[in-house]
Amino acid sequence: MEQNLILLYTLFAPLVGAMLLLFLPKEKEGLIRAFGIGVSLITFFLSLAAWSMFDASKAEFQLQQQFLWLSRYNISFHIGADGLSMIMVLLTTFLTTLTLWTSWSGIAKKVKEFTFFMLILEVGMLGVFVSVDLFLFYVFWEAMLIPMYFIIGIWGGEQRIYASIKFFIYTMAGSLLMLVAIIWLFMYAYNDVHMYTSNINDLYKIGPKIPFEIQKWLFLAFTISFAIKVPLFPFHTWLPDAHVQAPTAGSVILAGVLLKMGTYGLLRFSIPLFPQSAHYFAPAISTLAVIGIIYGALVAMVQTDMKKLVAYSSVAHLGFVVLGIFALTPESVQGAIIQMVNHGLSTGALFILVGAIYERTHTREIDAYGGIAPIVPVYSTLLLIVSLSSIGLPGLNGFIGEFLILIGAFKSPVLNNWMFSIVAASGVIFAAVYLLWMYQRVVFGPVKNEGLRALKDVTAREFTIVALLLVFIVWIGVYPATFMKITEASTAKLIKETLTTLSIRY
Amino acid sequence: MIPVQDLFASAPLLIIGGSILIALILEMVFDSQSSIVAWFSGSALLFTAYWSLYHLYDRGFAFNNMISISGRTQLLFFIVNFAAAVVVMFSMDYIKKIQTNYGEFYILLLSAVLGMMLIAAARDMVIVFIGLEQMSICFYVLAGFRRKNIKSNESAIKYFLLGSFATGFIVYGMALLYGASQTFSIPEYLAHVETLKSNPIFLLGSLLFVIGFTFKIAAVPFHMWVPDVYQGAPTNVTAFMSTAGKVSGFAALITFLSPFIDYSARTTGSAKFFMPFLATLSVLSMLYGAIVALSQSDVKRMLAYSSIAHAGYMLIGLSALSYEGVDGVLFYLVAYTLMNLGAFGIISILETQDEKMLKIEDFAGLSSRSPLLAAFLAVFLFALAGLPPFAGFFGKYFVFVSAVENGMTWLAIVGVISSVISVYFYLRIIVLMYFSKGENTEVVSVPKSALLGVFVVFIMFVIMSAFPQKFEGIIHTIGLLTY
Repeated sequence: MEQNLILLYTLFAPLVGAMLLLFLPKEKEGLIRAFGIGVSLITFFLSLAAWSMFDASKAEFQLQQQFLWLSRYNISFHIGADGLSMIMVLLTTFLTTLTLWTSWSGIAKKVKEFTFFMLILEVGMLGVFVSVDLFLFYVFWEAMLIPMYFIIGIWGGEQRIYASIKFFIYTMAGSLLMLVAIIWLFMYAYNDVHMYTSNINDLYKIGPKIPFEIQKWLFLAFTISFAIKVPLFPFHTWLPDAHVQAPTAGSVILAGVLLKMGTYGLLRFSIPLFPQSAHYFAPAISTLAVIGIIYGALVAMVQTDMKKLVAYSSVAHLGFVVLGIFALTPESVQGAIIQMVNHGLSTGALFILVGAIYERTHTREIDAYGGIAPIVPVYSTLLLIVSLSSIGLPGLNGFIGEFLILIGAFKSPVLNNWMFSIVAASGVIFAAVYLLWMYQRVVFGPVKNEGLRALKDVTAREFTIVALLLVFIVWIGVYPATFMKITEASTAKLIKETLTTLSIRY
Repeated sequence: MIPVQDLFASAPLLIIGGSILIALILEMVFDSQSSIVAWFSGSALLFTAYWSLYHLYDRGFAFNNMISISGRTQLLFFIVNFAAAVVVMFSMDYIKKIQTNYGEFYILLLSAVLGMMLIAAARDMVIVFIGLEQMSICFYVLAGFRRKNIKSNESAIKYFLLGSFATGFIVYGMALLYGASQTFSIPEYLAHVETLKSNPIFLLGSLLFVIGFTFKIAAVPFHMWVPDVYQGAPTNVTAFMSTAGKVSGFAALITFLSPFIDYSARTTGSAKFFMPFLATLSVLSMLYGAIVALSQSDVKRMLAYSSIAHAGYMLIGLSALSYEGVDGVLFYLVAYTLMNLGAFGIISILETQDEKMLKIEDFAGLSSRSPLLAAFLAVFLFALAGLPPFAGFFGKYFVFVSAVENGMTWLAIVGVISSVISVYFYLRIIVLMYFSKGENTEVVSVPKSALLGVFVVFIMFVIMSAFPQKFEGIIHTIGLLTY
């Protein structure tokens, strides 16, 4: 196996940065912020370097690096990236940099601690995406809870304690059941090949051989844990609390990357490890996903708090992603992956914009606004473009993902029922309703509140951050091939192997 | 005539034994306020800890096979001596703070360590018993060391009564064991395990013996003494009891059960007849400890219940009765000792003279009063909750693996359920420390020696968390050396 250190550097750059940060004096907040942004920028460039070395035409893990870790159980510190990992790594490093930059004004207290936890969180997220060893994946998956818990708990809103504990326990309950399933899987692998293994490539060969009666339970243990993270209806109840209470930076990372860890887990583990069960449960899970799309949209429609509205829109968007994943066609899975990126960009931008106006007026109530278009024209324009991208307007990114998912699900041999697509498509209309309605109430109409006349338009920093996101929003909308081709080979491999195991012809 | 190699083999025991005598003389000669006894005992303990680490891979028996100095023994020597040395560091200022600065404290501590080391080394039931009594009697006194404090007295009396009761079980069990086998030697049991296994008197004796020691490791339903004693005893004593005391309880159980441990892992045979008993205790301890800890308002009491739950997790590994299980328990014991020592050490630093700062609410806003201690405590609590990447997680992982390996997946599932429950009460302290503002804004004054103790534990713990494979490898190797 060819060894390459670039992913290791990418993974540990934020950790080293976080350790160095501890030596900076607490009072020099500007220095600390700049340092945090610098470290995350270096990490971003390292991930770009990794991308440049990455060969998108190959489906298997590349840029691998392996050290034997717990030798008795043959567990190794094994990292690598295939297309799916690569695009998630790029998304993570990009969004972390922007988030740290956004929080320049949003986070006023304990700046040093905040930057420290953000960098540690970045290590955890990157680790989840590059682990080739199932045990290592689990370690990162769980460890990442700790920094996120502090970010919500220390810098969050009024009910931050409730939200942070709910987030922590909810996620941990799911993942501990996954731990038992992981151990069980290792033991099965041992009995099967008489050797301990936790390498996913080996487990991919063993998983489909597990008798269906048992495989079903393992699949559920893994999938429920991921479904909580996604969050799939009805496991979504922690999300609105966490989103609303988290600071802007926390919301962006939560929506942009953390939720993707759940869908990533479904693609990386649930389906290829347990294809028969995935096939068996696909209609049920797709039904939940479609319910999530409709439910999320309907609940978003009646929200009075802008952040909560965006939070519920996440439930709907992620419903699309899950539908695409379980439809198991090349189009739908590619669409789901690009939709994961889209959601990170669009919802991240929405949270940044909502956060920006909240910093000025200290309210997120939709009713408190109205008629701000002439007062803050640039802000209103940005909000419009971002909302339209979230709705799925052709020419912007959201359309590409949703369209691919819908056609994939329509002709999916696994779901074998076009009703899923039909109902899900109505979710697109609902999305237009709740977002445009919010936009109308906030931006147009008479000025309700005289205080709003003093509202200042976006600063150069805010403009640059959102503009950077918009570059990609338009790029994906116009020419998605740049990003789609990263994942093309690994998606094709996943579909081919899964459908071959299921002996479904496609 | 005692052979020279026996004396050399038992050197750690002799060093501690000799140190007790010297400490007694020092205590007589010097002024009682001087800390010379503390320094002396601390150095003796550290030296012994170092000695046992140096001889980690030795093997052999001494004194007519009554004690063993093989790998596992040396590891246990190291744990108890290290724990005691750290407790000495915590105590130097703490016992002044609670106005019980008597040199006897360190002498009793050393004597308890000697008892623990005897238990760890014993391969003969009589030695186990001598060690147990030596340890327990010192603990009874230490628990009541604040003799003018009513809670401390209550704790000592409770511990004494229930402890004697447990000792009764052990002695009765030993009598039956002797009656059934005409020997006290554990290697003899090992040699004749096939015939003894079908002897009901032997089994009854074993059961009574094991029950006696489940008192010491604080497993439900033999846990009644734990909350009151842990709460009433001086905090540094609690730190010692909850770690080294539990380690020696497990040492005795592992030693005694070793004849029944299946050497060819993953076979199901009649060797597993202790499994249901130990598994039941484990389930009860995990769930009871985790659930009752939820409603505690005193931090020492909460940690007492948490230690009951941890006894449950370790019993998972023991009830698997396999090599992997025992190795998992040993790994867990080391990790648990470090986490709990750290947590109790920090509590003993924070505790004020009039027993304030023991309520959970008192931890509100600690992160601004003492950022360093709050950060350390947060790490220890996350580790106790079993979150990766800390060593507590690896300990749990190893015992869960041993359970699944031996066909007890349900036990691992109960284990994770109780882990989820227990996350809540560990998090509660972290919430208060970091997310709440406290009324008390006084900066904590931290004595240097105690801080050093916490720091040493923290460094050890971080190393163990970062390189679990090293510790796991050592434990695996010395496990093979034993017997």
